[in-house]
Amino acid sequence: MARVSAALWRRAWLRAALTLSPPLAWFLVIYLASLVVMLVTAFWTVNPFTNNLQHQFSLTNFAALFDAPIPAIIGRTVLIAALVTLADIILALPFAYFMARVATHRVRNALFVAVLLPLWASYLARVYAWIVILTKDGTLDWTTQHLGLGSPNIAYSNLAMGIVFAYIWLPFMILPIYGALERIPDSFIEASADLGARNPMTLRSVVLPLALPGVVAGSIFTFSLTLGDFITPLLIGSGSGTNLIGNVIYDNIGLANNLPFAAALACVPIAIMIVYLLGARALGAFEAM
Amino acid sequence: MEGRATRAVLVAWVIGVLVFLFLPIATIVIFAFDRSNVQSWPIQHFTTHWFSVAWDDPAVRSALWLSVKAGIAATCLALVLGSAAAFGVHRFRFFGREAVSLFLVLPIALPGIITGLALRSFFTFGGINLSIVTIIIGHTTFCIVVIYNNVVARLRRTSGSLGEASMDLGAHGLQTFRYVTLPTIATALVSGALLAFALSFDEVIVTTFTAGAQSTLPIWIFGAIRLGQQLPEVNVVVTAVLVLTLIPVALATKLTGGGGLTRSTVE
Repeated sequence: MARVSAALWRRAWLRAALTLSPPLAWFLVIYLASLVVMLVTAFWTVNPFTNNLQHQFSLTNFAALFDAPIPAIIGRTVLIAALVTLADIILALPFAYFMARVATHRVRNALFVAVLLPLWASYLARVYAWIVILTKDGTLDWTTQHLGLGSPNIAYSNLAMGIVFAYIWLPFMILPIYGALERIPDSFIEASADLGARNPMTLRSVVLPLALPGVVAGSIFTFSLTLGDFITPLLIGSGSGTNLIGNVIYDNIGLANNLPFAAALACVPIAIMIVYLLGARALGAFEAM
Repeated sequence: MEGRATRAVLVAWVIGVLVFLFLPIATIVIFAFDRSNVQSWPIQHFTTHWFSVAWDDPAVRSALWLSVKAGIAATCLALVLGSAAAFGVHRFRFFGREAVSLFLVLPIALPGIITGLALRSFFTFGGINLSIVTIIIGHTTFCIVVIYNNVVARLRRTSGSLGEASMDLGAHGLQTFRYVTLPTIATALVSGALLAFALSFDEVIVTTFTAGAQSTLPIWIFGAIRLGQQLPEVNVVVTAVLVLTLIPVALATKLTGGGGLTRSTVE
């Protein structure tokens, strides 16, 4: 035992290889290989008669991305992702600011846990809760009727879907913004005041620019998660009128049984996220992280 | 730098966001105790009847059992692979080190549907039948990063000289690991394992693509909500899943102070 351990101690590369090879092997053999197979599958087709995959190079699936209604669905997905991101930024900024710069140590810790719990709490439970709230004669209807505001009846719509997305991804936005704001040294704020800036000016030219990396980090989550979701549209959307990219992918591995087309369509969120990440880097957001 | 009015607005905003975050969760828990089998608000009679109905439902039971098995298996695999990756990346300097840590977070940085579809394409290509094994493979892939994040965060905060001291005092590698390394990372491992289990137990998107005919608990819930049947049972099951995902997270927060819990992929 001692000899083996001494031999290992002398040969750092051996220890490195022994510790790193199992996880790397898992990722190369399973995950990376899967991604590659998916990309290759996108160039295959399904034989309409036998339903078997034809392993022949073809651009049919990518051409089909331009057929109606796919472009409209991609457009809707990006628009909803953008609006959800915007809503979450508006909700998160004051909350994160309070957490990072106003709250006492104890309150800050309590708020931190209060954001973490919903972040990890069951995704399905939280989507389902909104069905119970928004549905006809649900708790929201009951409340507004008793306030004399009539019945909003907004379940099963794009709006309902947007609300649920904004709700579910909100913790993903709060935490990075909080992280960015917490790192601003007090002296920056004081210096700004010493130089004659009033509070709105300090907020605009010191706090918000320094919060930007956090906002960008948060928006990567809200955007990416919305691009890939199909559960929420299926549960709280109105059917084909609220279909997102994820729904079309899901349909194509199930009912439509066209794995190659699903794979080609999956390249769209990947491409969007790559453009998004490159844009974030060009804005200089990564250096500040 | 805030005036009194600004402060008041901020406090109101924070309270508003907290209500937004927790009201839906509270609502669903209350509905679990609704006696009526047609949901309506306000609730007339409270009961724990549906808990026993759900518990006795064979479909719910087998789904629960499958979720527990898959969750435990994925957590164990992820514990080994994730902590090995964390040790490797932390201890050694090698070409492509940055790439490794970026690579490990890909399964949760990319939308879940991409991970799911990629695995599905892989299994189809390899002629592998979908089963509990493919579910576990999928869950392990995205659980690894949870363990990795927790252990790496802990290793960064502990000094490597402890291990060297142990070796200088004559302990061999295994003893050093058992008496020095393991105790320092133990809570990070436990907290990582709890989170990985919570993540696996609730996962639905990747699972939809990697499960065959069998249902995990989230798949059962998803199906039942879509069909709109057995909603009183759904209320109960969803509440149970909610609690079962929250307990590990609350424990993990206690163990680590929340360090590895941000789910953040950008460090």
